[in-house]
Amino acid sequence: MRRRAILGYGAGGVAALGLTLLAGWWQVDGSGALAREDDGRPLPLTAMEFDLVDHEGRPVSPDMLVGQPSLVFFGFTFCPDVCPTTLADISGWLDELGTATHELNVVFITVDPERDDVEAMAEYVGYFHPAIRGWTGLEEQIVRAAEGFRATYERATTDSGDYTMNHTSSVFLFDAAGRFVSTVDYHEPREFAVPKIRRAMEQETEGAT
Amino acid sequence: MKHVARSTLAALLLTPVLATGALAGSEDVVVENAWSRASIGTSRPCAAFMEVRNAGDEAVTLTGLRSDLAMMSEIHRVTTDARGVSTMAPAGAIVIAPEETVAVAPGVMHVMLMHLRRPMQEGESFPLTLTFSDGGKVTVAAPVLGIAARGPEG
Ligand SMILES: [Cu+2]
Repeated sequence: MRRRAILGYGAGGVAALGLTLLAGWWQVDGSGALAREDDGRPLPLTAMEFDLVDHEGRPVSPDMLVGQPSLVFFGFTFCPDVCPTTLADISGWLDELGTATHELNVVFITVDPERDDVEAMAEYVGYFHPAIRGWTGLEEQIVRAAEGFRATYERATTDSGDYTMNHTSSVFLFDAAGRFVSTVDYHEPREFAVPKIRRAMEQETEGAT
Repeated sequence: MKHVARSTLAALLLTPVLATGALAGSEDVVVENAWSRASIGTSRPCAAFMEVRNAGDEAVTLTGLRSDLAMMSEIHRVTTDARGVSTMAPAGAIVIAPEETVAVAPGVMHVMLMHLRRPMQEGESFPLTLTFSDGGKVTVAAPVLGIAARGPEG
């Protein structure tokens, strides 16, 4: 098995992240929790830096998501179960949210850029809710993206001689200001998802006033 | 259990095809709610799902399965660790206790159809044969639903 673990940061980076995360923590929970250098939460979108292309070939970056609440998750199009299930679930949530979906960014970032080029992403996302955008790009940029979201992935060889990707399957929710709000975990009861998204969307209204 | 009406129908339609010889239990296996997602071409693996119920009074062991559609078919189990990382791995032999149902359901387990011989198209149906440790086989017809299907009803 070839690992592509997402590794740590330089010392300066850790300190900077610690501050950002602390700020995020206060804003999100309003709690007086002790400062932690890295509590494993995704960074605010405004603190992430990576450059990818969407499934229409347009350059994209995390700052473009700020202004609307966002739902971001990692996966790959050769995934037989977890990813189509997640995409189908998300499509269902978006249907349930109805007209509000144009006010929401929904981004699927591939962890398998070797096979998932722009065309592959375009075809794949086309089977699901039209609000879902597919992002791909250079491996090193995907690594940076995963670092920002505190997501991990690794390549694993299968019995059939192909490879598959083990990856973080949680869906990350951010408010319109780009602050991390919560995750919808893969094993979590699905009826919790839509209220969580609504909550992330309500924070947008609060942030705007 | 979900889709009871449909299950009854499926049970009537999907008559088990049994191998000859002395069987210990697999003749009491009922496979319900089988379905698969359509494939995108043939290069990507595809997943099929079902519920395998042991209606007998002896444990049965599901050892494998095959389909003419794929050169390799395996049951995979999906596990998600504390960090939220999902991994799939061959489930190995699955022992089904009397009256127990094993749900090969999205996010839990899937029949991984690898190296497809042809694309699996929405609307068609294909036979999938489950093999048991007593030598018995059960063949079901799995309808192919859309790629975004979430269950046997679409
Ligand atoms: Cu699999």
